[in-house]
Amino acid sequence: MLTKKVKKRIIFLTFIFILSVFAVFFILNSLKKNILYFSSPTEIKQKEDIPFGKAMRVGGMVKKGSITINQKNIQFTVTDFENEILVSYSGTVPNLFAEGKGVVAEGKLSDKNFFIASRILAKHDENYMPPEIKEIIKKNAK
Amino acid sequence: MFKFFSSSNIYSLIQKLINFIDSIFFLILIIGLTFALVLSPPDYTQGDSVRIMYVHVPAAWLGLACFSVITLLSVLNFIFKIRNFYFINKSIAPIGLLFTCLAIITGSLWGQPTWGTWWAWDARLTSMLVLMLFYIFYILAFKLLSGEEIIVKVSSIIAIIGSINLPIIKYSVEWWTTLHQPASIKIVGPSNIHSAMLLPLLVMLLVFLLYGALIFLMKYKTEIIRIKKKNLKKI
Repeated sequence: MLTKKVKKRIIFLTFIFILSVFAVFFILNSLKKNILYFSSPTEIKQKEDIPFGKAMRVGGMVKKGSITINQKNIQFTVTDFENEILVSYSGTVPNLFAEGKGVVAEGKLSDKNFFIASRILAKHDENYMPPEIKEIIKKNAK
Repeated sequence: MFKFFSSSNIYSLIQKLINFIDSIFFLILIIGLTFALVLSPPDYTQGDSVRIMYVHVPAAWLGLACFSVITLLSVLNFIFKIRNFYFINKSIAPIGLLFTCLAIITGSLWGQPTWGTWWAWDARLTSMLVLMLFYIFYILAFKLLSGEEIIVKVSSIIAIIGSINLPIIKYSVEWWTTLHQPASIKIVGPSNIHSAMLLPLLVMLLVFLLYGALIFLMKYKTEIIRIKKKNLKKI
């Protein structure tokens, strides 16, 4: 049914498509580490060749009850519920920064358990609800 | 079957559709905006900045949808030489670009108060920027090249390469760690968005769909008029 020309064009497009899928796959594969926006505390713990003193990002949850604020800086623990890392930061935090919420800290690792942040970003989760509903959920959880 | 797509048949249909959308668009727009800006509740953490979502999410969806349509029609046109798809694509591309830019800009406006930054080079934001670039290349192919045959060839190749980016955008938040949150509305399973916010979102999606359709029909109509004018000159 298909004429020769049509078949030729189909083969041509399929060829281009497969070729570019492979190209994209290899590009993404080789960029793997760079595409990750942040590392979790577990990844930092497990990795052998962590660059200390080099700019990187750590992300996870702010551990409940871990935020301590003094005059100079703010300290809190970032956890992924397996491992944790202590983050120290001086400056203003975004509005959504809170205990039990996602956070991404930009800065430098001073050792495997201590991170000095130069910038804090709040990570919002995918839950959207009115404040009243949140209250009800909180009540029910207790 | 493709007779249906002949320009003279479609012209009167387009005019009817434009009139129809014109008659209901502003009503739905007002309903959508009232729900999104007044009636819907603020979010428990974001407060009122959640309202940006009612523009951001439909714009992003339609940005992706337009490119999917463009890819499909481009491929069909390239293989089967259905000339009308060329004009449809030419009309859809700027609309897709508009929606994609709108998604990026509103996302940036939302990011500043919530994340604390206008822009982050994470997988979702970057892949969305790549989509915008593909739209620009696609439109440039129409603007810079001359000769329909070569335009179809080049633009189809741009579209098919760009289409690989679409699943990357969709799954970027699952495959990699990103600053952008994962999808709240899932195709299967319950959504993580409260129904008081889901409803305005869906109405706004309808508004955007109608707006996109309206602009598309107007542009497509212009294209048809242009062809007819060209044909008249030839005679």
